[in-house]
Amino acid sequence: MRFDSLIDSVGRTPLVGLPRLSPSADVRVWAKLEDRNPTGSIKDRPALWMIQEAEKDGRLTPGCTILEPTSGNTGISLAMSAKLKGYKLICVMPENTSEERRQLLRMWGAEIISSPAAGGSNEAVRVAKGLAAENPSWVMLYQYGNPANWRSHYEGTGPELLEDLPTITHFVAGLGTTGTLMGVGRFLRERVPGVRIVAAEPRYGELVYGLRNVDEGFIPELYDESVLTTRFSVGSADALRRTRELLATEGIFAGVSTGAALHAALGVAAKAVKAGERADIAFVVADGGWKYLSTGAYEGTLEEAEDRLEGQLWA
Amino acid sequence: MAIEVRIPTILRNYTDGAKAVNAEGATLEELISNLESAHPGIKDRLVDQGALRRFVNVYLNDEDVRFLGGLGTPVSDGDTVTVLPAVAGG
Repeated sequence: MRFDSLIDSVGRTPLVGLPRLSPSADVRVWAKLEDRNPTGSIKDRPALWMIQEAEKDGRLTPGCTILEPTSGNTGISLAMSAKLKGYKLICVMPENTSEERRQLLRMWGAEIISSPAAGGSNEAVRVAKGLAAENPSWVMLYQYGNPANWRSHYEGTGPELLEDLPTITHFVAGLGTTGTLMGVGRFLRERVPGVRIVAAEPRYGELVYGLRNVDEGFIPELYDESVLTTRFSVGSADALRRTRELLATEGIFAGVSTGAALHAALGVAAKAVKAGERADIAFVVADGGWKYLSTGAYEGTLEEAEDRLEGQLWA
Repeated sequence: MAIEVRIPTILRNYTDGAKAVNAEGATLEELISNLESAHPGIKDRLVDQGALRRFVNVYLNDEDVRFLGGLGTPVSDGDTVTVLPAVAGG
């Protein structure tokens, strides 16, 4: 495969079978390896789309400063594109995200503004919205509400999946901005009767939910409940266990949020076996494990790893 | 046996600081009413005009009840109900 530049190589990622984790010949589980994108995560897709759309409609012009609330991967993707296209990038990031993400962002030239750990990404969104209001010349692409986010999956991830797996029955992915599930979900629902769209939502330690009251929660503007079939909450213990299982049985070294998606995918697979139904279940490997090594997710017992992840944003 | 309800930090002022409490009921709605009699005030933080509050997520055995049957979702002994505020990802 040959491309004119790194940016042109986003997408077209492999879909690989999991012969050992699939419960039977009739119920198969497939992994979409989004860590094979230029900066190592699925976020290269929405980041590039958001920049290109903003360029098309004239919001982004040479020399502009881009502002974005991000727990890491979107920022890293934007930083790479911004570097190549000559934009300045400022990321607002919760302070409880891994050191690797910060180093990567700095390497690609982004400036980082930290938001308080308590409240997680909710706080990052709040801080970024405040900064955007104070600095009207900055361009906030805003992944949580930018339609280019889900469009990137509707035009890219979704068609790739259907081409590689025309017999797909289930799509499972992590729920963050909701862009992946909204885009792939809409695309598949238009073309695959009865397809089931399943969200795996990370359930963090208590610190992350330390909001002042329940009216201060956050739901991404992109979220449309009707696209989903169902939604599971996956705790860090299950996510870690599955992340390690994926490495041990299938050789795939993935980030912790992938463990959460796999947990939901295997739950769906077990239900299909029980019901005697055929199933081809595709789930998303959102990124590789590299950026999480310092969290201790892959070392020692599961209990130790879970303790170390307490209070961290692992997805 | 009863149904275990896990309470988020921000609502523990209603449960004397307890992280989890037991309650009974055949549906989520009954369960929440049962919870209210033991922990007055908590229902209003969870339910508004006959539906779950917008920023409150409730999971029955880790599945979001909005996809199961909302407040009418049947619950039974041994189930775990988790209440969490909606937070951002990404």
